[in-house]
Amino acid sequence: MAERTYLGADELILNMGPQHPSTHGVLRVVLKLDGERILRADCVIGYLHRGIEKIAEYRTYQMFAPYVDRMDYVAAVSNGLGYCLAVEKLLGIEAPPRAQVVRVIMTELNRIASHLLWLGTHALDIGAVTPLFYVMREREEILNIFEAYCGARLTTHAFRIGGLQYDVYEGMEQQVKRFCKMFRPKIDEYEELLTENRIWKDRTIGVGVLTAEDCKAYGVTGPLLRAAGVKWDIRKAQPYSGYDRYEFEIPTRPNGDTYDRYLVRIQEMRQSVRIIEQAIEDIPEGPIMAKVGKVIKPPPGEVYVSIEAPKGELGYYIVSDGSTQPYRVRVRPPSFVNLQALDKMARGGLVADIVAIIGSIDIVLGEVDR
Amino acid sequence: MQAIIEHPWFLPLTVGIVIIALFPLVAAYIVLAERKLLADFQVRLGPMRVGPHGLLQPIADALKLLLKEDVIPAAADRGLFWFAPVISTWTALTAFALLPFTEQLHVVDVNVGLLVIVAMSAVGVLGIIIGGWAANSHYPLLGALRSSAQLVSYEVALGLALICGVMSAGSLSMVEIVQAQLERRVWLAFDNYGLMFIAFIIFLISAIAETNRLPFDLPEAESELVAGFMTEYSGLRWGLYFLAEYASIIVIGGVGVTLFWGGWLRPFPNVSWLEVPLNVVFPLAFFLLAALISFRLSRRLLRFSRWRALLMAATGAALAGVGLLFLLPVAHPTLSALFWFLFKVGLFIYFVIWIRGTFPRFRYDQLMDIGWKYLVPLAMAAVLANALVGMLRAT
Repeated sequence: MAERTYLGADELILNMGPQHPSTHGVLRVVLKLDGERILRADCVIGYLHRGIEKIAEYRTYQMFAPYVDRMDYVAAVSNGLGYCLAVEKLLGIEAPPRAQVVRVIMTELNRIASHLLWLGTHALDIGAVTPLFYVMREREEILNIFEAYCGARLTTHAFRIGGLQYDVYEGMEQQVKRFCKMFRPKIDEYEELLTENRIWKDRTIGVGVLTAEDCKAYGVTGPLLRAAGVKWDIRKAQPYSGYDRYEFEIPTRPNGDTYDRYLVRIQEMRQSVRIIEQAIEDIPEGPIMAKVGKVIKPPPGEVYVSIEAPKGELGYYIVSDGSTQPYRVRVRPPSFVNLQALDKMARGGLVADIVAIIGSIDIVLGEVDR
Repeated sequence: MQAIIEHPWFLPLTVGIVIIALFPLVAAYIVLAERKLLADFQVRLGPMRVGPHGLLQPIADALKLLLKEDVIPAAADRGLFWFAPVISTWTALTAFALLPFTEQLHVVDVNVGLLVIVAMSAVGVLGIIIGGWAANSHYPLLGALRSSAQLVSYEVALGLALICGVMSAGSLSMVEIVQAQLERRVWLAFDNYGLMFIAFIIFLISAIAETNRLPFDLPEAESELVAGFMTEYSGLRWGLYFLAEYASIIVIGGVGVTLFWGGWLRPFPNVSWLEVPLNVVFPLAFFLLAALISFRLSRRLLRFSRWRALLMAATGAALAGVGLLFLLPVAHPTLSALFWFLFKVGLFIYFVIWIRGTFPRFRYDQLMDIGWKYLVPLAMAAVLANALVGMLRAT
C-alpha cells in the first residue's frame, strides 16, 4: 500500500453504509479513497447478527428448521434443504425418491428466484433501473408456486427432516411447466437489455477481477468461482438429493470479472430451467416422508453436509451429543466467505466499481451476519 | 388599456411573470409525466392514488416539500448552504428569458442569446459545486467534484456542437436562428447534406450530460453517492434544486429545438399546402385524442369514485377546449407556433426519459473518456466539415 497518494493529497475516509442504497442491507464498508480511487475497503459486519447458531443449541432439531430460512432469506428453500440433509445424514436416513424430486424442483425454482433478485438489484446498482421490475414480475410467479405449495412466499420452511410435509398440490406440474415455458424467453429479454449493452460492458468487464488462485485462497465458491474458470459445482462434485440423475452443465467463464459473473448466473438460470423440466416430467410415486420418529434423537457424532446454494457452497456442521437438541451448529454461509474477497477485488477501482463488485458477490446480509 | 398593451414592456413582463408563476407547476407535472412514462417502461402503473391516475400527485408532492422541516447540518456553512440552490434556480430561470416560444412570445431577444444561455448553464454548475461543498459531508463533496468535472468537459463538446448550428444560421440571436431556418428551407439538423446531424447527435449526448440525467447522472448517482450533492438538502431547498434540474432540461431542450429542429416552425415550413393539416388538423387531432382517452378513463373511474371521474372528465374537457382553440382563426398563428415549440420540447423530454429507462450509468473515468477522447474531437471535426461545406455551398 502506497503511503503517498497520486497527487500527494490527503486520503478521504468514506463510510459507506450501514444505511446506503446499494450495500444490499446493512453492510458497512469503510473506504479509504484517493479522490475516487479506492485504496482500501474494510467490511464492518454484524448489524444483522441474531445469534442463529446459538439459538440452535436451545431448540430441538425440528424447532430449529424454520430458523435457517432467516439466514439467506431470498434462497430459504436452499437453506432448508441443506439443514434437512445434514440432520438426515446424522440420523442415517434418506428422504424417499418422491420427496427428493420435489426438493430438487423447489430448490431450483428458488435458485432462479435468488438469481433474479440478484440480477435486478445488480443492474439497479449499475444504474439500469428497468430490469428490476422485469425480474420482479417473473419472481412473482415462482413465489406464487411456493405459496401454493407451502403457504409461505419468502421464508418457506418447505421441507421437513426426513422428507416433505406437503405433497405436490393439484396443478403444480402444469404451473411449473407453464413457468418454465414462459421463463426461457424472458431470460433472452434481460440479456437483450444488458449483455451487449456497451455501457454495461464498460462498467463490468475487468472490474473486480478474482482469479482462480485468489478464489481458492479466500475459499470463494459459487458463481464467483465458476466465473474464474473453475468447473466446481457441488451438485456435480458430490451429488445430493438425486442431482446425478439430471443432465445439466456447469457454466464457466475464463476472466473472473463482474461481467463473467453476470454471464455465469444468467447461464445458471437456463440450466436450472433445464433441471426443473427434467424433474417435473417424472415425479415418482410413493411416500414423501422417511421413517422419522416424533422425537429426533440422533446418535452422538458430528456431520458436515454442504450443498450448492445459489450463492455458493452452503455447509452445515452439526455436532450431536445424543440429546434432542444439537450440541453445536455451525453454518458455512457462502455470502460471508465470498465477502472476504471484497477488499482484494475493490483495491485500485473507483467508487462506482465497489457498488458493482458488492452486487456481483451477491450477498445477503442475513446470511453474512446470521 | 390600449396604452398598456402596446407598451414595449408589456409582452416581456407578461411572459416573464407567466413563466415564473407557471414553471413550478409545469415542472411538477413533468415529474408526473416522467414517473408515468417510467412506470410504463417498467410494467407498473406509477402514481395512482392522489387524484385520478395520480393527476394531483404533483400538488401533493409540492405541499409536502413546503411543509417539511428545513434541516441544515450543524457542520454546514450556513450562508453558502442557503445560497447554493438559489444560484441554480436563478440561472436556470434566467435562461428561460431567452427562449423564443414563438416569434413574438419571448421575454427578450438579444443578439447574443445563445451565448447567454450557455453562460447561464455554466454558472448554474456553481450552485451544485457550492451546495456540495457547503454541506461539509463526504457524499455531497464527491458529487460536487464529479459534477464540476463532468459539466466542464461536456460544455466543450456542447459549445462546439452549438457553433456548428450558429455557423449555419449566421446569428446568435435565438429568433434569428429560427428565421434563418425558414430562409434556408430546412431544419438545421438536416442541413449541409446531413453533416449537421453529427453536430445534433453530439448536442444531444452533451445535453443529457449537462442536465445530469442517466446515463450521465454521476453527480447524483443514487446507488453510489446516495443523492450526490443533494444528500444533505431537504424540504424546499431540495425542491429548488429539483426545479433547477427540470428547468435546465426544458431550457436545453428549447435550445436544441430552436437550433436544430426549427424552433416554433412546423415541419416543412415552406410547403404551403401543409399549412392546414399540420397547423390545424394535427394539433386538433392530438388534443382531441387526449381528450377522448381522458373521457374513456373517466367512464371507467365512475365505478370507483364520482369525484375522480369528474376530475378526469374535466381534464378531458380542458384538453378538448385547447384543441378547439386551434380552429379560431384569430389566435391561430401564434398558437400553432407555440404548439409546435412545446411539442418538440416534449419530444426531447420524452427521449431523455426513455434513455433513463434503458441505459446503465457510466463510470466517472469512462465519462471523461467519452467527453474528451470522442465527443470533443468529433465535435471539432463536425465544426470543420460544416464550415467547409457551408462555405462551398455559399460560393
